[in-house]
This record gives sequence, structure tokens and C-alpha cells, in this order.
Amino acid sequence: MAGQVATGSRSGLRSALPLLLPAYLWLTVAIFLPLSAMVFFSFMTELPLSGKAWAFTLENYAAFFSQGLYWTLLLASLRLGLEVTLWCVVIGYPAAYVLAKVLKGRSREAIFLLVILPFWSNGLVRIFSWAMVLREGGILDTALNAVLPFKINIDLMYSYPAVIIGLVHSYVPYMVLTCYLTLQAIDDSLIEAGRSLGASRLQMLRRVIIPLSMPGLVAGAALIFVPVVGSFMEPRILGGRTGTFYGTVIEDQFIAVFNWPLGAALSFILLAVVLIILAVASPVLRRAA
Amino acid sequence: MRMPKPTAFLTSIAVFASALTLAAKADEVHVLNWKGYGADEPWAIAAFEKATGNKVVNDFFNSEQEMLTKLRTNPGLYDVVMINAAFNDQAMAEKLIQPIDVSKIPNYADISPDKSGSPMLARDGKVYGVPWVWGLTALAINEKSFETPPTSITEMWNEARKGRVVIRDDAVEAVQFGAIATGQNINDIKDMEAVKAKLTSLMPQIKTFWSSENDWNQMVASNQIDIGTYWSGSADRAKTHFKLPVSLVIPQEGAVAWLDAFSIPVGSKNVAGAEAFINYMIDPSFYVEWVTKVGAPVSANTKAVAALPEDAFNRKVMGDPAVAKRIQFQAPITDAQREAYLALWQELKVNVK
Repeated sequence: MAGQVATGSRSGLRSALPLLLPAYLWLTVAIFLPLSAMVFFSFMTELPLSGKAWAFTLENYAAFFSQGLYWTLLLASLRLGLEVTLWCVVIGYPAAYVLAKVLKGRSREAIFLLVILPFWSNGLVRIFSWAMVLREGGILDTALNAVLPFKINIDLMYSYPAVIIGLVHSYVPYMVLTCYLTLQAIDDSLIEAGRSLGASRLQMLRRVIIPLSMPGLVAGAALIFVPVVGSFMEPRILGGRTGTFYGTVIEDQFIAVFNWPLGAALSFILLAVVLIILAVASPVLRRAA
Repeated sequence: MRMPKPTAFLTSIAVFASALTLAAKADEVHVLNWKGYGADEPWAIAAFEKATGNKVVNDFFNSEQEMLTKLRTNPGLYDVVMINAAFNDQAMAEKLIQPIDVSKIPNYADISPDKSGSPMLARDGKVYGVPWVWGLTALAINEKSFETPPTSITEMWNEARKGRVVIRDDAVEAVQFGAIATGQNINDIKDMEAVKAKLTSLMPQIKTFWSSENDWNQMVASNQIDIGTYWSGSADRAKTHFKLPVSLVIPQEGAVAWLDAFSIPVGSKNVAGAEAFINYMIDPSFYVEWVTKVGAPVSANTKAVAALPEDAFNRKVMGDPAVAKRIQFQAPITDAQREAYLALWQELKVNVK
């Protein structure tokens, strides 16, 4: 019997190989190779493309630790990542709950479509449309002044809140989708059982629903936090003079001064910091889940 | 010579690429320039091909560094390359471009002597670049916000303009702007601390950092800004072609000027065609059509500028001798300087947060 199981699983791996191969081939060619090249570049003094002599060095990594500038920016970017993730939870989780447990049929499909919609539009288009809404004399300013009896002046464009708004808008669908999947999987009879045993709505949420949907929350938070920390397009366009973050500085190294080695080194430091944060957070979150 | 592996790899690519280009026809002129910058106008190419029988093949770059890399890795591919005068020296030192026989370029004689005599374009008495067009990085204003146009750069620091000032997100431009504001030579900044202090006090005034012409024009169109640094050609285009209330101000303290020139790369297979193309690019007939149809910087050819209408911006404002006295042409910048400027600029941007 045991032998049978063993052969069964071995043949399972063999039959799975052709299915896995395309994905792993793609990962190797499109991600692993360019990334290794970047690791290589990050230890060089000059790009070999520039035709100058080059040597191996640790200076690019040392630059990060010797200048307070990069620390300040990294902390600002981490804070941005946390704030955006938090807002995504606040906005996305209730929406996911309503989608999973309250709405049924047509109305659920319609709301779902609205949630997915940002995915179907180009990122730059989304940001520039926010620019039209947020600026002084823009859509939000004009609309509010038309309705309100008193005059208010709304000019959110080129500010930190504008960056938050733009990023939350881009990333909230991830939170809705991951939370929706785990919330939907919660057996309704568990909720009914809790109710019949006299739990209040708040207790239900704290003791049953949130713990059971924790994997979705964690997955959503990780999916959002990581790209937001390295984001550069939204801060650059919406942030104005407050829009300098770790990601925009990396972009500058690649585009403005053609210092790929330093840009690559800064990117890998970011990667390391994010991995450390996820590693430290994961046991805590797993216990909570 | 010991050759590191990636270099050997790149060299083999370059050799392969040049082997491919051997197949290129002798009557083709391969031109390397910014996209949408005169040399790729369809009407101009058609006129040139009809007149000389050469076929033009355009290729483009997005940064000066990319241009240099393309020259290094494709020896023999290009016949004409457009190089900013500040980068000519580097291309020359790396032996990427060859001396030009200006006697084969009839229009060269009409280039204004201060441009053709630029020390940036010649070495050992040989000419390595033919001046094409030049322009300014000066100030531009939203006409709706000013009764009379300001004359001084200090308007950028005026308390009344707070939050309605823009500056380009470019370290070199920002530092050189700071040098002008502190009365220094942009190519030999002695007092970097003064520049830093001056720019630090500018930061609270700033609404945002612009990066493209479109950014600037949109902010004026929605009346969000009063004043900012801008390029002369762009200000002209904003006014004449987009009908925006924009006008250029060349402050009494001065402005940064740049000069673009054509060169012939080493190994060009059609030097005669390249000379003919460069001659056509500095010809008055091409220039006048370019200005009228598209909008362009100022030609280095005095006859080409003289062929413009009397009140044309490129003739009246940019040709003013009083302006010529105030402007400072950009000289080459070393990589070390460029990185130092970026470090300063990033520090300023971080401290404003």
C-alpha cells in the first residue's frame, strides 16, 4: 500500500513537470537572468557599456550607509507603504465583506466589475486623471464649491495626500480580491453558530470573521506594501516638491546620471529591507491567523 | 591588453554589427539625433533625398549617454550624429568622431563666428562639430499673472509667488540656475555653498518640478503657476502653436545657453553624403520651413535667422545683442561634477519634505 502511494506521488511529479516547465523557463529567462546581471552591475565601478575600465567594488553599497539621505528616503518610503496598505485595508476589507457575504447574483457581478475596473486602465492614465481631479480649479474643487454654500479652496495636487490617494486607488483592488476569496470561503454556518451562542456583531467580527480571513489580509498587505515602497511614478507626478522617495532616487540613478551600479545597489538594499520586514512579520502574522 | 569578459562580449557584438553594416548601401545617410528634432521631418527628408539622391535612415537616442553608447557599440553604422557641444569633447577624446572638411559644406561660411569659433567644437585646428542650432534655459511667465514682465531672476524668490513657481527636475540645470542667481560663472562655480543656500531658499516657493514641455504648458493652461525655468524654443512653441499666455524672460542676471552641433562619426561610409546632409540642415530654406511648420531653436547660421520675418521671436528676442552679452554657454561637465550636482539636488529635494 505504502509503495503504491510512493509511486503515485513520483509519477505525479513527472506528469507535473511539463506543466511547470513553461513557468520556470519564463522565470529563468525574464526574471532570474536580468536580476543576476543587476546583482553583477551593483558591484561594479562603471558599466562595461560605457567603454571605460571597471573593477569590482563595494562602494555602491557603502554609499547607502555613508549618506543619511538614503536612510531618510527609505524610511519615508516605508512609511508611505504602511500608510497606503492601511488605507487599502480600511477601504478594501468592508467592500470585500459586502461582496462575499451580503450581495448575491447580478449586483455582486456589477460591483465586482467596478472593483476590477482600475486594473483595466493604464497606470499613467489613472494618475493623470487624478491630476485633473485634485488640482485647484479641478473637478473636485469645482464640484464642492458648486454644492457648498461657503467657499472652500481644495488644492490637493502636488502634495503627500495626493500621492496616497493615487496609490490607494491603484492598489485597493488587490486587497478586495484577496480578502474576498478568504471571506467567501468562511462557512455561513460558523457565523450562524456564533450568533446563536449570543455573540454580538463586534465579537463575531473580532473572534470569527477577521481570524478566518487573516490569510487574505496578509496576502493583500504583502502584495500592496512591496510595490508601494519602491513606487516612483505616482510620487513623481502627484507629489510635486514633496514627491521625492526612495524609488524616484533609484530612477534618477538609472535615467539622469546613467549610474546603473549605484541604482542597482540601492534597489537590492530595498529588496533586502523588504524581505527582512516580511520575514520578521510573518511569524507574528501567522500566530494572529 | 587583458580584456574583461563583458567587454569582449560587447566587442564581438560590435564587430558583428559593423559586419552587418558593411551591407549598407553607399548612398544611404544614417543619422543619429533626438526624435522629432528637425532631422526626421518627413518633408525635409523628401526634399534632401530629391536634391542629392541620398537616402536618409534615421535613428534616435533618449539621452546623451545613450547617444555615446550607440556610437561606441556601432562603429561605422552612422554617418551623421547630432551632439550637444558640451559633449563634443568627450566624443572627440574617445575617438568616436572625425575631423570635418568644412570646405565641403558651403553654408558653413555663414555660421556666426562666435558659434563656429567655439573652442568646444575644435581641437588642434580641426573642426569636429558644425554648429546647428542654439537656445536658452531662461525663465518663462504666465502672462495672466503679471502686469509687466519681471526683469530679474529674483522674481522666483518673491514671497507673493509662493507655491506658484516651477523649476525643472534636473540637477545640472538647477545648479547652473543657482550659479546665475548668485552671480557666478556656470562653468566654473567657485562658491557651491552659496548656490546651495540660494536653492534651499527657493524650495519653499516651488509648486512642483517639471520634466516635460507638456507639464509646463498644462500648468499654465490651468493657471496653476506664475513663473518658472523654461527653454526658449518651448516657450516660443507654447505661445505660437498652443496659443498659451506664455512669454520668455531673459533675466538681467543672465541665462544658460546650449549649442547643438552635427558631427561625422569615425568609420562613416558616406562622408560625402554626411557633408551634404549637414549642409542642408544649416541651410536657410530648411530652417525657415522648420520654424514656420513646427517651431525650432535659433539657427547658428546668420543668413538662416535673417531669412525669418522681422518680428519672429528667434530673430527679434534671441538675436538681440544685449541678450548675447548676458548669456553663458554650457561647457563640458565631467561625470564627477554631474554626480556631485545630483547629490546636491537630491539633498535639497529630500530636505524640503
